[in-house]
Amino acid sequence: MTHPYIPNAEPGVRARMLAEIGVDSVEEFYADIPAGLRLARPLDLPAPFTAEQDLVRHMRGLFAKNVEALSFLGHGTYPHYVPAVCDEVNTRSEFLTAYAGEPYEDHGRFQSLFEYVSQMGELLEMDVVNVPTYDGYQAAGTAIRMACRYTGRGKVLVTSAINRDKLSKLRDFLSHDTEIELAPVKDNGEFGDVEIDDSYAAIYLETPNLYGVVETRGRELAELAHAHGALLVVGTDPISLGVLAPPAAYGADIACGDIQSLGMHQSYGGGHAGYIATQDHEPLVAEFPSRLFGIAPTAVEGEYGFGDVYYDRTSFAHREEGKEWVGTAAALWGITAGVYLALMGPEGMRELGETILARTRYAMDALGSIVKHAGAIHFREFAIEVPDAAGLLAGLRERGIFGGVQLDERTVLVCVTERHSIADIDRLAAAIKEIL
Amino acid sequence: MNSAESFAELPVKPKPAIRRFHQARWDEPIIFELSQPGRRGIAVPEPGAPKVELPDSVRRASKPALPELSQLHVLRHYLRLSQENLGVDLNIDVGQGTCTMKYSPKVNDTFMADIADLHPEQPVESAQGVLEIYHTLERMLAEISGMARVSLQPGSGSAAIYANIAMIRAYHEANGEGHRDQVITTMFSHPSNAACAKTAGYEIITLMPDAEGLPDIEALRAAVGPRTAALMITNPEDTGIFNPRIAEFVELVHSVGGLACYDQANANGILGITRAADAGFDLGHFNLHKTFSTPHACGGPAAGACGVSEKLIPFLPGPVVDFDGSGYVLTTPEKSIGKIRPGLGVTPNIVRAYAWIMSLGAEGLRTVAETAVLNNNYLMHKILQIPGASAPWDKRRVEQVRYSWQELSEETGVHSEEIGVRAADFGVHYWTSHHPYVVPEPFTLEPTESYSKEDLDEYAAILAHVADEARRDPAFVKGAPYNSTVHKIDMTPLDDPKQWAPTWRAYVRKHLS
Repeated sequence: MTHPYIPNAEPGVRARMLAEIGVDSVEEFYADIPAGLRLARPLDLPAPFTAEQDLVRHMRGLFAKNVEALSFLGHGTYPHYVPAVCDEVNTRSEFLTAYAGEPYEDHGRFQSLFEYVSQMGELLEMDVVNVPTYDGYQAAGTAIRMACRYTGRGKVLVTSAINRDKLSKLRDFLSHDTEIELAPVKDNGEFGDVEIDDSYAAIYLETPNLYGVVETRGRELAELAHAHGALLVVGTDPISLGVLAPPAAYGADIACGDIQSLGMHQSYGGGHAGYIATQDHEPLVAEFPSRLFGIAPTAVEGEYGFGDVYYDRTSFAHREEGKEWVGTAAALWGITAGVYLALMGPEGMRELGETILARTRYAMDALGSIVKHAGAIHFREFAIEVPDAAGLLAGLRERGIFGGVQLDERTVLVCVTERHSIADIDRLAAAIKEIL
Repeated sequence: MNSAESFAELPVKPKPAIRRFHQARWDEPIIFELSQPGRRGIAVPEPGAPKVELPDSVRRASKPALPELSQLHVLRHYLRLSQENLGVDLNIDVGQGTCTMKYSPKVNDTFMADIADLHPEQPVESAQGVLEIYHTLERMLAEISGMARVSLQPGSGSAAIYANIAMIRAYHEANGEGHRDQVITTMFSHPSNAACAKTAGYEIITLMPDAEGLPDIEALRAAVGPRTAALMITNPEDTGIFNPRIAEFVELVHSVGGLACYDQANANGILGITRAADAGFDLGHFNLHKTFSTPHACGGPAAGACGVSEKLIPFLPGPVVDFDGSGYVLTTPEKSIGKIRPGLGVTPNIVRAYAWIMSLGAEGLRTVAETAVLNNNYLMHKILQIPGASAPWDKRRVEQVRYSWQELSEETGVHSEEIGVRAADFGVHYWTSHHPYVVPEPFTLEPTESYSKEDLDEYAAILAHVADEARRDPAFVKGAPYNSTVHKIDMTPLDDPKQWAPTWRAYVRKHLS
């Protein structure tokens, strides 16, 4: 049988093509590969499911081994509601299967991504936003590197209220030339009191931070950084910005983060994409490695064209002389986030933010005295302190609940979004009470 | 209507030789221009709990100026934009060479719903199905590459290249050889090899092609030494030429204590034919969105897979998925470079790549490779019949070819980019080359296994038609496109800081207020 995915595997066609080229066999195309490098046996792979329905049966069997539960897991990947229109748009063949065409035949991708960055710009109150990078980890790493290049300095003060995996990424990404100093966390969960000097490139703050705590001293930290010629880089989840002030409002120079919350499923970590934003300040724009899409005129009046802004920055233009590197990252999630923001609009983002704030507070109140940093403002996440974090989570699992992400032996991070009803939260609280 | 105007005549006349394509042209405004205050695309749930009052220090002062549209109008806007985009499913996508544009089976997309609500930190015992997919895909890619272990964590090809560089650095440091500060690559390897290594702090040495179109082995001999950390090389390179001396390249680098790293972003022509390990490579990577069929998604999400030999296993990004005899568990290698992205990888594409291999098996993968190579050689045979087209260096090609329009361009003044824009008028993509253009007036075609002989004939006929137009009326070709979504774009404002507008708010501020 000719495989359904390989039209020219049909023997008659194959023979006609070989004849037209004037060779006897495909082996002749491989003649440059030395015999010693040729694999002399078939690959050792499982027997295939050639019939589509057999493949589906096999896959469904695997998926049946996964278990879902009432989940309060967050820690960087969040269970927000995904509007149906987001999936409708990002599963369109025209977007899903396209790649890197020119701004003519792929005009739709350019305009959609321009609209994504433009909506992010409104949310962030910043004029320059990149076509997405891989995820929030990479966005933070690159944002810090941008600050280092911009200032010509190699030291950064990083909040220790940061996801440990993201910190691992930062340590690897910055290792050879940038010193990471960790800033303490105060008892209330906020960024601690710090001093810096003129050797620092940046202060890196996150809000909401690891513990879901909304940082209140952004302006003070911006002033501290600026007094020493450093930048304030702020990592923030844009889903909070319907209610929380954007970093630019308190003087941040670079904003960055993950956009998974804006219309992407959790997909076992597959829904991530990263944003980086600045004001339209040419020396800082020059430090973006990512593609930036801009609007341009065409030969026809009133027609919008698009193209790459300041392409000369990139590794596509100048290989190792470009800024870091650029390549395939997570563009479709940018398009999707644009759809999400257009559906929500300003009122939707505000209402969603208020709902998350209120339900987070409701859950904290329901869990009572085990909540850490209870006095701070929280958005979507909070930490609880218990005698045995692993034991608590195991007990909750027995009750059909993923209670949160364990941060250490005594601390669990609990996530509450608009998808958690009051009844869901009550169920969690009752189960925890029962176990403790 | 008189008979002369009547269309009621059968049979209908045959189709013309070249398809009369016209792309959707909705003349769609920017979404902000569609906004009316008070409209909404979706409702969100009421809090159901007391409202939290925020202090001024953290409260947003004014509403974000996001567009306000009803749901149908958001949908319609984006569907119109989607129609103004050309996916693999709609065109003979052989023109984006090096990108390995192939069919992404629809059935594999249906599996996305099965993993949509899985959280990457949910207990491993509740994620055994997805972990089995990770583990089995890892083993299958290890078999296909010959490497000892594979990490599926990187989010793309370049992220995998960076992860490889990070492992190379960690390996040398662990051996007390952190002084090795040079990485050698080749001009026809992807620019990310040079760019990622530079980002990681390495000095870059780039080997240029020799008279045969292959990376210059004498230049390599001169370049290697005690400072060599690694060679990062593609093979076949972007030219489509397989370097028959690749094992010697690897040996030269090994002889000075360096590591050899294989950029196999595109391995489509050699699946089951030759393996990275057979040439002695220490590490390398695949792009699951190229060779292994996951959709390119307008430029990601993608997925990369780093394969390493035994001695580099301790440095792999962690965690990796192991089978402990009764179930799948996560373990972090002893000297791991750490976590490099959220979760274990881009799971949707891990699932798709797994399903794709499971739909083909060993024999199927070999048929993929052989057919991709047959298609490439067939298309080359057709393209080289077009006057003015050439394939520099008289060499065999594997899965793709970097061609040149130098002769046509000298004759007509029409450049390769302009040929490409005119080709868009016929509903196809076309790509020139990475920069710098070592091959003059370059174009790079890669017909994977997905395209039929008739597709390849049609694509070649389009290029022949455009080349003919360039001879007859170069100004006409230079004025293209005519049948695309938009007309010729003036890109000059995009490089002028005073004029550029990377967002709508920048455009409004600079040009409308």
